Order: sequence, then C-alpha cells, then structure tokens
Amino acid sequence: MSPSVPLQEMIRAIRSARTQCEERGVIQRECATIRAQFRQADNEGRSHNLAKLLYVHMLGYPAHFGQMECVRMIASPRYSEKRVGYLGAMMLLDEKQDASLLITNSIKNDLANSNQYVQSLALCTLACMGSAEMCRDLAPEINRLLRASNSYIKKKAALCAVHIVRKVQDLGELFAPSARCLLTEKNHGVLHGAVVLITELCECNPESLELVLIRWCQCLVISGYSPDHDVAGISDPFLQVRILRLLRILGHNNEAASDAMNDLLAQVATNTDSTKTVGNAVLYETVLTVLDIKSESGLRVLAVNILGRFLLNNDRNIRYIAMISLQKIVGTDHNAVQRHRGTIVDCLKDQDASVKRRALELSLALVSASNIRSMMKELLSFLSSCPPELRSQTASGIFIAAERYAPSQRWHIDTILHVLTTAGGDVRDETVPNLIQLITNTSELHCYTVHKLYRALHNDISQQPLVQVACWCIGEYGDLLLRGECQEMEPVQVTEDDVLDVLEAVLQSHMSSPSTRGFALTATMKLSTRITENVDRIRSIVSIYGSCIDVELQQRAVEYNALFKKYDHMRYSTEWLGQRFLVFVCSTFVVQSAGLSPPICGFPQVCDLLDLLGGSEPPLQSSPALGSTAPLPVGTAGTAGGDLLDLLGGLEPTAIMTVLLSVFSVAPTVSVYDKDGVTVTLSCEKQSDSGLSITLTASNSTDSDIRGFTLQAAVPKVCISSSFSFQVNLKMRLRISYTSQGSAVQDTVQVDSFPGLGH
Amino acid sequence: MFMRFLLLFSRQGKLRLQKWFTPLTDREKKKVIRDMMMLVLARPARSCNFLQWRDLKIVYKRWYASLYFCAGLEDHDNELLALEVLHRYVELLDKYFGNVCELDIIFNFEKAYFILDEFLMEGEILETSKVAVGVSLEEADTLQETMEEYMSKPAY
Repeated sequence: MSPSVPLQEMIRAIRSARTQCEERGVIQRECATIRAQFRQADNEGRSHNLAKLLYVHMLGYPAHFGQMECVRMIASPRYSEKRVGYLGAMMLLDEKQDASLLITNSIKNDLANSNQYVQSLALCTLACMGSAEMCRDLAPEINRLLRASNSYIKKKAALCAVHIVRKVQDLGELFAPSARCLLTEKNHGVLHGAVVLITELCECNPESLELVLIRWCQCLVISGYSPDHDVAGISDPFLQVRILRLLRILGHNNEAASDAMNDLLAQVATNTDSTKTVGNAVLYETVLTVLDIKSESGLRVLAVNILGRFLLNNDRNIRYIAMISLQKIVGTDHNAVQRHRGTIVDCLKDQDASVKRRALELSLALVSASNIRSMMKELLSFLSSCPPELRSQTASGIFIAAERYAPSQRWHIDTILHVLTTAGGDVRDETVPNLIQLITNTSELHCYTVHKLYRALHNDISQQPLVQVACWCIGEYGDLLLRGECQEMEPVQVTEDDVLDVLEAVLQSHMSSPSTRGFALTATMKLSTRITENVDRIRSIVSIYGSCIDVELQQRAVEYNALFKKYDHMRYSTEWLGQRFLVFVCSTFVVQSAGLSPPICGFPQVCDLLDLLGGSEPPLQSSPALGSTAPLPVGTAGTAGGDLLDLLGGLEPTAIMTVLLSVFSVAPTVSVYDKDGVTVTLSCEKQSDSGLSITLTASNSTDSDIRGFTLQAAVPKVCISSSFSFQVNLKMRLRISYTSQGSAVQDTVQVDSFPGLGH
Repeated sequence: MFMRFLLLFSRQGKLRLQKWFTPLTDREKKKVIRDMMMLVLARPARSCNFLQWRDLKIVYKRWYASLYFCAGLEDHDNELLALEVLHRYVELLDKYFGNVCELDIIFNFEKAYFILDEFLMEGEILETSKVAVGVSLEEADTLQETMEEYMSKPAY
C-alpha cells in the first residue's frame, strides 16, 4: 500500500492554515468526511481515514467517534488495517472505555495467529491499554506464548506479562515458572524482558527466588561481547542496568544475597568505562544498588567515591544525579559525604537551576557545628545571588542551621539580620516573633542590635520583616540608641528627630504593610517615655492616625491618645511604658486583628513580666488577680479589677488597656518564713534589664529582742533551655539564724515560687 | 525502568507524538502535556536535562533545535539511562527515515509510533539491539499489502 497520500494531503492542508480559526475549519470538514466514510460499509481508504482521525486527535480535537471504527479495523484480515486499527485502539481507547472490552476477542484471536507480526500487534495493544478483566481473560494465552514461541514473541509476551502482573498482582504466580525458564535464553531481548518480569514478581513477592539467581547474574554481566548490543564499548548497558536493578531488589534487606553479589558489584564498579554517558549510566545504577542493599563498608566507600568523581565531572547531568544520590545517603553515611563538601558547595555557583537546588539541599544537610562559620559564609553569598524560587528555602535553611549551631549570640543575630536585609521578602511569618524573642533574650547585645537595626532601617524600609523587627527594637531600646555609645560598634550620633523621622517614614510609606505600620506606631508610642524633647511630635503623629482608614491603626492610635490625655502625669513616675513588656502587647494586637487564638509559642506570660514592673509610687492598690499565671485572655475586661475601670471613665477597655492598667499595681509580697514570731517576706521588682531586685523584709513580732540576725540567700545559676522557650525556674535558699531569748535558732528555707514569676 | 509517558513536541508547542504507559483521562493527559511544555520550553540552553515535577523525574532532550523529547520517570529510575533511551529512539528514527527531520515525523506519524512500539513497551525497553528493531520493522512493512493484494482481500 503506497504511503498515505490522503493523510499527507490533509496534514499539508492543516499546516497551511494561517489562523487557528482556519485550521478548525479544515479539521471540521475533514472530520465530517471521515465520519461519513466510517458509516459506509465498504470503502477502500479505511486505514487512511483512521490515520487522518488519529492525526487530528493528536492536535487536540475530539475523535471519540472513531472508537468503533478501530474495533472494526482490528477485526479486519488486512494487515495494514489491523495495524492502524490497533494504533487507534491504543490512542483512543483506554481501560476506562467500554468499547475496549469489545476488542478482547479480536486480541485473543490475533494472539493465536500464525503471523508473528499480527501476534505482536495484539500483545502490544494488550500491554498498552489492557484493563484488569482483559488481563485476567488473556493471561493463560500470554503464559502459553511465554513458553512456546519464537524469541520475537517471547520478548513481547514477557513485557505483556509485566503489564498483567502490574494490573492484577495475583496473576504473578501464574507467570513465575515461565519466567524462570526464560532466563536460560540467549536472546538479549528475551533476557531483558525476563529480567523485568522477574523484577516485577520479586517486588510483589520477595521470596519467590533463590540465591542461584545471583550467580546467573554474575555470568551474564561479565559474559561475552556482543556487537549487536554494544553501545560505545559497553556491552548491552540496558540489560546490565536491568540486572543491577534486579540485584538491588534481591539484596535489599537480605544479608545473604547482598554478600553473594558483593564481588560482582565491585567488579562492575571498577571495570566499567566512565568516559561516556552510557558507562556512567551503568556505574550510577551500580552505585544505587550498592547503597540500597546491605553492602559491606568497603563497597560503600567505593560507591561514595564514584559519586565524588561524578561531582567533578564536566557533564552537568552527572553532577546533578551525583547530588541526588548523595542527598539520599547524607543521613546514613554522613562522614563519607562530608569529604566532598567542598565540591558540593562549589556547585552552588553552577549556572543551572536544578543543580543549584540540589547543591543547596545537600549543603544544608552538611552543616555541622564544626563548619558552621564557613558554610554560613557560602550560604549567605548564595542567598544574595540565588534564583528567586530558591530564596525562601535558603532563608529558612539558614535560620534552622543558625539556630542549631550558632557559635555566639552576636553571630546569630548578625546572620539573621543579614538574611533579613538580603531576602527579607522571602522569609516566613514566624521569623519576626522568633527574632524578637532572640533579641530579648540577648540582653547584652541590645545596644548593638538596636544600632544595627536602626542603620539597616535607615537604608531600606521595603523589607517588611526587617522593618517590623527594627521598629520593635527601636521602640524597646530607643534610649540605648539615643545614648549614642556602643561597645561593639562605632558610635553614631542619632538624635530623637532622626529616629522619629525614620519611624514616620515607615508609617507613611506605601510599601509598609498594615502590620508593619502597627509596629511603627507602637514603637513611636513607646518612645514617648524614652525621649524627652519630642513628645509633642509623637503626640501629633499618634493623633493623626486616630482618623486612619485602617481600623487596627485607628484603634491603637485612639487608645494611645487616651493614654496621653489621661495618664500623662504618670508617665515618668511609674514608667508604665518604660518597661520591656510590650513584646506581648504587639502580639496581642496582631492576634486580635488576625482573629487567632492567643498563645503564640515562646512568648513569656504577660503577667509574669508585668508583675516585675514596679513603680515608686503606684497610684492604685494591688489587684488580687496578679498572682495568676494564665495568659491574659484576649478581649475580656480582665482580671485587673473593676475599680481600675472606673478610672477610664467609661472608655471601653480592650485587652491592651487592661494590660496597661494592670501594671499600676504594686508587686505582691509573699511570706517565706514564719516561725515563732519571726517572719520574712519577699517581694520582687525589676530594676533594670538584667537585674531583678528581691526585697526580703524580716520582722519580729515577739516581745523579746532578736540578736545576731543573719540572713543568707543563695540562688542557683539559671539556664535557659532553648532560645525559643522562656522558662525561668528560679529557686532560692535562705538560711536564717538569730539568737532569741538566749537560744540560737537556725533555719533553712527554700523558696520555689516567686510572686509573679509563677514557676 | 518504568517510563510513565513519552512526549515529542516542537519548540512552538505543537505535539508530535504522545505515548502513555499508564492510564490517564484525557483531561489529565492534557494537563501533563501543558505542564511539560511549559517546563521544558522554559529551560535555558545547556542546562541539566533532568528536572523534578510532582513526584516524577522528567528527562528531556532537545534535538535539532526544534524538537523536544520528554519522558517522565518514577523516583527510583535511572535518569542517565533514560537519556540513552531517548538517544536510541532518535537513532532508530534516523535509520528508518534516513536523516530524519521533524517533517518526517509529522507526515509519517503512524510510522513513528510503529517504531516506538518495536522499541518500548509497557514503559520498558523491548529490544536492546538496533539491528533487531530495524529488521522487524522492515519485515512488518513488507506485510503491508500492495494495492492489488489489498483490493483482492475481503473486507471482513
């Protein structure tokens, strides 16, 4: 039959259509003709018509009306029609279509045809779209063909059997004996098919093969040179790889099998020529096998070294797969992979995005306490030049590594700041509270941190996480900033105006998100207690936002305004905002506005800190509720006492107001020793950032004098367990000794809970 | 190696061949084709031939500057060997058509499928010898009847 001229004419017509519309027109006309011709019982060009339809289908147009024609063509005695019919079945029918069942009978007949090419069509189609029922139906036929036919059919039958086993696992038992017989064949195609079939059977049922198989594999892999199957000097690499894959499955979790194949794998690994890709493909499969079975350590080292060689290969593909494999074993063979760390880090600079990604993952896995500084340098330089899709992953990887292995606090903070300035837009949301927590805990670096953040903010106010942290920091430690001196950095003169300028810029910038503005506004407010000259400016900023469109900001501004109006006189005497407690306050706001539930991990309990605040002249009486350690419930009128609310004069209290007001209470005292009229009471006050002042008051309520009263107090060193959980377990032991009425008294008392610290 | 699919498409995004080794609905197939085209055509020259897509490894090979071969593999498959498979298929096409070009594949697409079906089946390699594949194709082609034989055989 001459080449399909009608088909080629149609293709030419479609290709010459200049627009999509024209093309559709041509195709619609053709399809109409084809449909009409299908309806005719007898016509000559049937295979051409179906071929045309298949072409149209490939362009994406509907062709389901050709399904029945496929069924008819498959049943035709003419080979050319069968061929196209089966092709059509593979393209238009799949196991989900009902029409596919109709061809089961034709396939059955064709499987028994005398002509091997007809048989092969049937086998191919069954392997392509055979449904489970069809497979069950035809499995015995396939099994028969596996045993008694020529090699051309055997190899096809083998893969058809693979399909059947993949569809219906139980039929595996049917094919197992035939599969074993196939292994003795000489024909590579049949052998290959047999290996695939056996691999499939082993995957379903691992016990189905004996150790003798391995010796057979050995012979096969080392055996003769066959010019037909040679690829660039490697003897049948496809078959070799398949066998190695089978060995992998046999050796997995099987000590005995792994031992038996040890020598074979070592031989393949050393003898395979690695100058061409083909050789590398075989080596790669060998490495995968070695790493997956229970191989001995010498062989494993050999495998890792091969991967190391791959890393230095000029071919990008080979570097890529080397890194994938190293990634898989970096957990188990960590030291072996560490040896290649230098090369891996170099791959970060590769042009190719896939290679970069792999190098990044592997580099992050290789970070350890000993190489943290050098690795971080590399990672940070990578961050500044990496493709945008990798930035988020890099940033989080850096944070995790920094948290785990930071050699010093300052280094940790520096690293995080570096990330925020380089890739601030790509960090995750929880970075901001985490960083705030870290800064809070590193009290000795507050000065350094605030200076650095101020400078960063001065340069760039677009990176939201950085801006948020910087604003918070300036609000908290603004006094340190204004003081100008700093041990760790060169001092820079910063005036109050400068600081307020920066905060105002943040507030007004269109780049600032609403939550950032909230941070800036709160910081501005906090500064009102830390600065002396520009309080009016702050007041005016705050009052502007009292009519802001953003409800959140407006609410805050209004409340802050109220504080200005009503409690101005308390500003310096009680330092009600002067204490470092607004960490929680910010989060309360964020929480409130986001509607989330209150506890954000790692935040200190607000009441604990509040209770450490104190004023020299607290205007109000202590509230009973302050001894509690529950987190302040969001939105409730709160435990701070109804009497406080009267002061507000009807202003609706929100959580923040409650928090602020509850500050106005005196630190509670607790009695720690009470015996024979001698009492010792304890009260806590936070005097400075790092100092907690505990006042012990002893009193004597007996009639007689007490002489030689000595009080000794000891506290253990407090360890912070991890930087992100704030737990202070403070204990104190007191030894009290005195002489009363002639007798000496000595007592030791342990104080486990401090009022307000709660633990 | 279990190839899930093999696609051939041109630089302009026209599909030239599609072979699916797992059952997918038409809609899913269209999605895969779209995604593959998008991913592969966006790759710069001289980049790595492997990429990750969903849970599959994608191996692609550019050929004659205008045609892309793209195969989807499972996670435990050997990518380097997949490249060899694609290379082998090109060689087979070349041998059959004699200095094959994209037009050959367009105008004789059914032949391209027949060649593929002699080389791969069920996502696995069927025949590892180039010579053997060539021989079976020739013989099958001779079976295609001449016009007279065709007309003389009954239709059913």
